[in-house]
Amino acid sequence: MAKKDITCTVNGKVRTYSVDVRESLSDMLRGQAGLDSIKHGCDVGECGACTVLIDGKPFNSCIYMAIWAEGKEIITLEGLSDTKGALSDIQQAFIDEGAVQCGFCTPGFIMASIPIISSETESSREEIRRQISGNLCRCTGYENIVNAIEKTQKKRIAEKKSK
Amino acid sequence: MDIIGTSLKRVDAFDKVTGKAKYTPDLIPPHALVAKVLHSTIANGWVKEFDLSEAWKVEGVVDIVTCFDVPDIQFPTAGHPWSTDPKHQDIADRKLLNARVRCYADDIAAVIAEDELAAEEAVRKIKVTYEEFTPILTMEDAMKEGAITIHEEKPNNVVVKSAYEVGSFEEAIKEAGLTKVVGDYETPIVSHCHIESANSFAYMESGKIVVVSSTQIPHIVRRVCSQALGVGFGDIRIIKPYIGGGFGNKQDALTEPLNAYLTTRVGGRPVVLAYTREETFACTRTRHAMKFHIESYVRKDGSFAARSIKAYSNQGAYASHAHALVANAVNGFRMMYPVGAIKGEAYTVYTNLATAGAMRAYGIPQIGFALEAHVDDIAKQTGLDPLKLRTQNMMKLGYVDPMTTITCHSTGLEECIQRGEQYLSYTKKREEYAKQTGPIRKGVGMAIFCYKTGVYPISLETSACRMVLNQDGSLQMQIGATEIGQGADTVFAMMAAQTIGLTMDKIHVVSKQDTDVTPYDTGAYASRQTYVSGMAVKKTAESFRKKLLEFAGFMLKKDPWDLDIKENYIVHTNKDEHLLSVADVAIESCYSLTNSTHIAAEESHHCTDNTYSFGVCYTELEVDIPMCQIKILDIINIHDSGKIINRQTASGQVHGGMSMGLGYGMYEHLKFDPKTGRMLNDNLLDYKLMTAIDTPELHADFVETDDPTGPYGNKSLGEPPTIPVAPAIRNAVLNATGVAINAIPLHPERLFNAFTEAQLI
Amino acid sequence: MYNFGTIYETTSVEDALRLKKEHPQAHFLAGGSDILIKVREGKLAGCDVINIYNLDELRGICLEEDGSILIRPLTSFTDVAMHPIIKQYIPVLGEAVNQIGGPQVRNIGTIGGNICNGVTSADSATTLKAYDAMLEISSIDGTRVLPYGEFNLGPGKVDLREGELLCGIRIRKESYEKTYGHYIKYAMRRAMDIATLGCSVNVTLSEDKKTVTRLRIAFGVAAPIPIRSTTAEASANGHAVNEALLDLVSEGALADVNPRTSWRASKEFRMQLVKEMAKRATKAAIEKAGGTING
Repeated sequence: MAKKDITCTVNGKVRTYSVDVRESLSDMLRGQAGLDSIKHGCDVGECGACTVLIDGKPFNSCIYMAIWAEGKEIITLEGLSDTKGALSDIQQAFIDEGAVQCGFCTPGFIMASIPIISSETESSREEIRRQISGNLCRCTGYENIVNAIEKTQKKRIAEKKSK
Repeated sequence: MDIIGTSLKRVDAFDKVTGKAKYTPDLIPPHALVAKVLHSTIANGWVKEFDLSEAWKVEGVVDIVTCFDVPDIQFPTAGHPWSTDPKHQDIADRKLLNARVRCYADDIAAVIAEDELAAEEAVRKIKVTYEEFTPILTMEDAMKEGAITIHEEKPNNVVVKSAYEVGSFEEAIKEAGLTKVVGDYETPIVSHCHIESANSFAYMESGKIVVVSSTQIPHIVRRVCSQALGVGFGDIRIIKPYIGGGFGNKQDALTEPLNAYLTTRVGGRPVVLAYTREETFACTRTRHAMKFHIESYVRKDGSFAARSIKAYSNQGAYASHAHALVANAVNGFRMMYPVGAIKGEAYTVYTNLATAGAMRAYGIPQIGFALEAHVDDIAKQTGLDPLKLRTQNMMKLGYVDPMTTITCHSTGLEECIQRGEQYLSYTKKREEYAKQTGPIRKGVGMAIFCYKTGVYPISLETSACRMVLNQDGSLQMQIGATEIGQGADTVFAMMAAQTIGLTMDKIHVVSKQDTDVTPYDTGAYASRQTYVSGMAVKKTAESFRKKLLEFAGFMLKKDPWDLDIKENYIVHTNKDEHLLSVADVAIESCYSLTNSTHIAAEESHHCTDNTYSFGVCYTELEVDIPMCQIKILDIINIHDSGKIINRQTASGQVHGGMSMGLGYGMYEHLKFDPKTGRMLNDNLLDYKLMTAIDTPELHADFVETDDPTGPYGNKSLGEPPTIPVAPAIRNAVLNATGVAINAIPLHPERLFNAFTEAQLI
Repeated sequence: MYNFGTIYETTSVEDALRLKKEHPQAHFLAGGSDILIKVREGKLAGCDVINIYNLDELRGICLEEDGSILIRPLTSFTDVAMHPIIKQYIPVLGEAVNQIGGPQVRNIGTIGGNICNGVTSADSATTLKAYDAMLEISSIDGTRVLPYGEFNLGPGKVDLREGELLCGIRIRKESYEKTYGHYIKYAMRRAMDIATLGCSVNVTLSEDKKTVTRLRIAFGVAAPIPIRSTTAEASANGHAVNEALLDLVSEGALADVNPRTSWRASKEFRMQLVKEMAKRATKAAIEKAGGTING
C-alpha cells in the first residue's frame, strides 16, 4: 500500500513519519510516535478519547487522516508537561479536583479543555460543559472535570491580570 | 495521624493525567496478530454451513475458526466465585463459538490475520447458511406454550423460577380497612458504556496461555478460561493492567476465553481480540430489563400490612449472571420495607436478545425504580405523606433479614431523609407544585434505597493481600482486588498507611493484577472491596506492623508491645520521641549480618458478614409539557455508607452513580429491531449517554455512621448512588404533572405518549 | 487504518475536478466525518477517494461586491459559527451549525459535506433552505448555479451529477437583509446528536414591527428531505404580529410536513414537535427582529 512521508510538529518537535496513506492520525501517533495517551473508545468521533490539538483546536484523531497532518502543529497530552516532566496547571487541577477515575477518557478531556483554559474571558459552567460536550465520561458525571477546568481558567485569568 | 476520612489524591492520578497509565491496548506487542469475530445475522436458529473459500483468499489470513472447530465444552461466564456445590454453580450454556445461534450477532466464527483490515475483510467474505427460526424477543413470547426452546437444558425458556413468603400474605390481607394499591412497572435494557471497549490479547509463554485483559475479575477469568478450554487453572495466566471502566460488564468473561483459544491455534503467537464499540454494545452484556407487578395493602395509619411482588427478568441469549439479579431485586423489595407479610416470585427468562449480566447495583436499580415509584403511588392513592410512609415502614437498626440473615448493623437512613428534606424544602414544594397548571411546571421527587455491601451469605467472600518491605521503609502492596476507576488502590493505600503508621508516600500499590503473582481475590464487583478486601488489607497491615515492631524491638532491645509506629518512626507507645525510623528497621532487617529477616506479610480474609448501606436522592425539575422535556433544576444524593474512607473519591463515586441514574431515568435504553432482533442503537451516537451539557450540577452528601462490621466502619458505596435517581425523577414528574409514568427512561417520546393519554397535550 | 482503495491527492480545485472526471467512482474526501465512518462500517470498504481536505481555496467566507455572502464548502462548522460575517448578517446559521456534534466534530465537519450528504437532519440545511441559498456546482466542464431548494432529490440523494463538486454556497443580500432568524434543534441530547426535528424560521418585519413582511420557515426531519413550509409562509406574510400568527404558522407547517415513524421517533411525536417548534421558533425570530407578540 502507498506510503507517504508526513512532516509535522508533534509536541514541539518537527518529525517526519513514513505513513501508510490509509492511516488515521491516531494510528500514526500511537503507532509510530508511541503517544499512548491517545485512547480509542469508538473509532468514529463520538467519544472524544482520542482528542488532540491540531493548530490549537481539538480534533478527534481517529477520524483525521494522517496525510492531513502535513505541516500541522499537533499537541497530545504528552506535550503538556514540561521537558522535565512537571505537570501543567490543568493536569494538576484534574488531580486536585478528583476529576480522574478510570482515566481512559482523561487525556481527551484535558486536551479538549485547553482552548477553554486559554480563553481571555471567564466561561460560565454551562459554556465549559458545552465545550467539553464532544467527550464522553461514564465515571465522573463530569462534575469534577468541570470544576478542574473552571478553576484552572479562573487561575490563569487572575494571573494574567496581576501581571 | 488520621488518614482515613481525609480527601487524599488518588495514587494513580499522576499516571492518568500524563498518559503514563497503560491499559490493555497500550501493551500489545509489536506484530501481534489480529482476530475478528464473525457475528450471526440472525437471532435464532442454527449455523448449517460455512463457505470459507473467499475468506481464505484474503491476503494476510492466518487461520479461520468456526463453531464446528472449537472444543465441545459448555462453560459459564459469570464473574461469581466458583461454588464447589454443583447445585450453586453458574449455568454453563455457551461454547467458544456457537452453532446454535441464540441472539443477533452471536459469535459463530473467527478469523486470525496479520492485520486488522485483512481480518475484517475475511470476516465479511465468509458465507453462512442458516436454519432460521422466528426470533423470540419478549419474555411473554418465550414463556408461551410451544415456544421454541432456546437452550435444550431449559425447555420452557425459564432459566430459574424462585419464590419466598414471609408471614402469611393471604391471612394478612384479610385485615379490615386496608387500602389496596396495585402497580406494574418496567425497566429498560441499558449498556454499561465504559469508555474502554471489551478487549484483550493473548499469547503463550513458558507453556502457559497468557491473557492480558481489561477485566474486573482476573482470578475468575482464569478459572473460566480453564473451564472453557478444558485445561488446568495453572495453565492460564491473566494479567489485568489499568482498565477504562467496567461497571459490571467486565465482571464476566468476555473476549478472554476465545482469545485464549485463538492463540493456541497459532502456536502461541500474540493475538489481539478487541471488540469495537458496536460489538461491545451488542456482544458483551447488558442490564436486565425487568417487569414488576406489585400489590400493597396499607393500613390507615400508613403501615404496610402486606405486600407482594412478581418479577420477570429478561436474560437474553445466555445465562451469564442469570437469576442472581432478579433474586437480588425481589430480596431488595423485602428488605427495604420489612414489615407485614411479604411474598415474592421471580422468573428469569431466556430470549433472543443480547445477553444480560451484572451492572452497577445488580438488579437493585430495577426494583428501586419499581418500589419507590410504587411508594409514591401509595402516597397519592391514600393521601399519606411520602416521607412518613417511608420512614414508618423502612428497615430499622437491628433488622435481621429472615431469608439471608443479613443484619442492619448501622443505619443513617432517617437522617439522610431529613437532610434531603431540609436541602430541598421537599414537603413545602411538593404541596405547592401539585397545584400548578400551564405548559411548564415544576416538581419535586425523592426515593430511598438500601443495599447489601457484599455477596455473603449467597456467595463466598474471600480476599487476600501481600505487603513486602523495601529497604527504605516503604512497602509494595499487592491486592487481588482490582482498581477499575473507583479508587480502590487509593483507599487500600490509605488503609495500609493508617494501620501500619506510615505516610502515604511509603505505600506503593501494585495496581496490575497477575494471577501468577497476585494474591487471590474474586475481584471488583458488588460494592465489596472496601468492606471485604479492606479487611484483608487491614489484617495484612496489622501483621506487617507486628513484624516491623518485632524487629524494631530486637534492634532497640525493647519489648515490641511497648513500641508503636507513627508517621514512619518507631516510638514508645503513647509517646512522640523518635527511637528509630522505619527505614532504619528496614535496612537493618535486610542486611543484618546476624539477623537478616525479609519482612513481608500476607493475610487472607474470609468474610462471613454483610451489612446494609442506605441513601436517598432528592430532585427538583421542570417539565415542558408541549416539548415533552424534563430539565433537572437540582439534584442531591445523600448516602449512609458508614465511615467515608476518602471524601473526594467517595463524592466522585456518587457523582458517577448519579449520572448513570440520570441516564437510566431519562435517556438510555437499547433498542432492538422487532423483526430481526438486531440491536439498533449499538453506538455512542444513537445510545444516549449524557454529555457534560446534558448533566446537571450533581450534589453529594454523606451521613456518616460507624459500621461495627466494616474494617474501618465503612460500608458499600461504589454501586448505590445509581439506585435512587430514576425513581426520584419519576416521582417529581408525577408531582409536576399528576401523571404517573411506570416505565423508564422518561425520554421525550414516552412523555409525549403519557401526556397525550392524560390529555395534557 | 481505513480500508481505502486508492487515495488521489489534489493540489487545486481544477486538479480535483479533473481527477473526478477520470475516476467517477471515487468519492470526494472532505472532512471525512461521514465517509470515514462508512468505510469503517464496511459500506464503502475499499472505495477510492479524491482527497480535497487540503484545498484551502475551498475554505472561507466572504462578502462579495453585490452584497451576497459566499461560503466555501470546506469551511468547518466552527469557522462558520465564529466568522464575523456570519455573526453580523446571519447569526442564526452560526447558531445552527454550533449545535452539530461537539467541538471536535465541528472542527472537522464541513458545511459543504453537511449539505451534500443529503440527509434531512442536517443542521445547516434548514437554515440555508430558509435563506434561499444558491449553490455553485462545478465540474471540469463548467459551473452551474442551483437554488438550494432544488438540490435535495430524496433521502441521501442530491443533484450532484457525474464529475461535479459543490464549490460555493451563496446567500443573496435581499435574502438576509433586515432578516432575523431562529433555529431550534430538538434532539435527545444537547450535544453529539442528530436532530429529531429541526426548525429554522426567519422574518422581516414592517418598519413599525407590527406586521410580517416576509416569513420563511424550514424543517429538518419533517419529511424525507429538508423542506420549507409554503403554507405557513403564505399565511404569515402580511399578517399582524400576534398570537394568531403563531397558530397560523403552526397550522400551516402541520399541513406541509410529512415526518415518518422510525425507530428513533414516531410520526405523531414529530408532529407534536412541528406544532410547538413552529410557534416557538417564529416567536423567537420575531423577538430578535424587534417585534413583540401581543405587544
